[in-house]
Formats: sequence, C-alpha cells, structure tokens
Amino acid sequence: MLELAAHILDVAENSVRAGAKTVAITINEDSTKNLLSIKIKDDGCGMTKEEIKRAFDPFYTTKKVRRFGLGIPLLANAAQMAGGKLDLKSKKGEGTRLTATFQLNHLDRQPMGNISSTIINLIAGNSFVDFIYKHRHNDRRFALDTRKIRKEIGDLPMNHFEILKYIRGVIDEGLSEIKPES
Amino acid sequence: MAKLTINDLKKIKEKVHKEMSLRDGERRVKVTVHMGTCGIASGAKEVMDTLLQEIEAAGANDVVVTTSGCMGLCSREPLVTVEVLNKEPIKYEYMNSNKMRQVFKRHILDGEIQTPFVLARGSEVIK
Repeated sequence: MLELAAHILDVAENSVRAGAKTVAITINEDSTKNLLSIKIKDDGCGMTKEEIKRAFDPFYTTKKVRRFGLGIPLLANAAQMAGGKLDLKSKKGEGTRLTATFQLNHLDRQPMGNISSTIINLIAGNSFVDFIYKHRHNDRRFALDTRKIRKEIGDLPMNHFEILKYIRGVIDEGLSEIKPES
Repeated sequence: MAKLTINDLKKIKEKVHKEMSLRDGERRVKVTVHMGTCGIASGAKEVMDTLLQEIEAAGANDVVVTTSGCMGLCSREPLVTVEVLNKEPIKYEYMNSNKMRQVFKRHILDGEIQTPFVLARGSEVIK
C-alpha cells in the first residue's frame, strides 16, 4: 500500500462489508497548519471498545478465511510515519468513524495517488451503497453526493458506464478546480 | 469544457433508457473484482480501472461489475471472477491490466475462457 488512495479504498470497502448504507469520505488539506486529514465515516454495524483496540493488531480479523487483518495496521503505520496518527471511534450498531492525520509536507507521507479512481471503484463495485466524497484544499472545496445522483437517475443502475463516466467527469472537474497538493 | 450539471445527468438518463429498451439481454455477465487489503495492495484497483474503461469503450450494457472481500487466497491476488449467465463462474488469478483487457475481450465478450490465467472453476464457500 504505497498510496493513500489505496488505503481509502481499503477502509471504505471495510465499511461496506460492515453493512454500511452510506459512507462519507472527507479529505482536508490545510497548508497553513501543514495538516492532511482523511475521515471515513459509515453507518455500518460498528465495533465494541474491545474490537476497536484489537483492530490495530495485525493478527486480529473478523474474517474466517485468514488469520490476519492488515488494513488498519498499515494505515496507522502510514500515518505515524508522516507525523500523524490514526483515530478510530465506533459504537456497536451505530457505525464507525476513522480519522487519519498526516503532516502535509512530511517527507515520508505517502502520495495521495489516484483518488478519483478510488471513488469510482467504490461506486461501481457497491452500487447500492451511497458515497459522500468531500475534498477541501485550504479555502477551495469540492463535494460529491451519490444520493443526489440516485434521485435523478431513478431506476438506472448507479454503476452503468454512462453514469460512471458522468461521475468521473464531475470529480475530475472538481479536483482540477481545488488543485489538491497531496 | 462546460461544467457538468444535473441537467447533463437527465440527458444521460434519457439516452440510456432509449438504448436499454432496444436490448433485452440485461446482466449477461457479472464480474467480481476481489478488493480485500491483499487485492488492493497487489493491484486490484488498476485491474478494476481497466475493466471499467473497457466496458465503457465497448459500450457493454450487459456487464455488471461488483467488488468483494478477501477469500483467503491472498498470495494469488489480484483475483477476478467472471460469471457468464447460466455458466460456471471462472476465477482468474494474478491479474493485471493487460490480462484484464484480454479476459474482457476474449471471455466476457466472446465467451472463450482464458485458461492460462484461470485459478479455478466454481465459487468459493465462505464460512
């Protein structure tokens, strides 16, 4: 995992596996505070206090097919390497909120990578889940909410290639306006 | 380029509706890209990007894409499962963009299984 976009895809897929109906991904780049934060909030099944602690253990997983779970430990490590940290808050039955922080200009901060393809992959692969993607760079903001798109397209599947093409266009336009640093 | 708006979405909706009423073979193929941590770390994201590009380029209305989690064969990721309607699912191992393109053109469009990349037939049983 060498890009933050890959970590975001991974954690958001976890949210979907936890039965989330809506996943909100918020990226905030603040050059004055030299801070990059990534928040992923879902309304999935949530975790108990004990489970939150154990999620950071690479040899803990809820899956039955293998004996390790590296997603959270890898992201926590990426954040620590870049002078930040990973914070996990959750309530059983209500959902989970993950916040990863990084020093924006830290030498060891992983590059963001292709965030637009992360969002498209999430929407395409999980067409029944809604995604809210917000990206802020200092005072410029961009937001995408698939709930609004779903309202418009009615009975069309969210992952129809024409719809995905439209969403990709909207994201690329938005990102070219806010000019992310990461 | 003019800014994309909700109105553009309405036009797309009308266009797709027209095209869909011309075809009856909906959901002919289901393609699953395995997106666990292991899959993503070994390049499932790029494989998925390629697949979506190919579907768009071919205008394949009848191919549905979905993602799934890890199935325990992390060492053989990226894994892609192709399920043609009424046929056994085929699992491809060690996928990359080029192999995905070949599988899309030969298997998904033409129905010819790409044996050299196949890991297994049938679906896994998740306990």
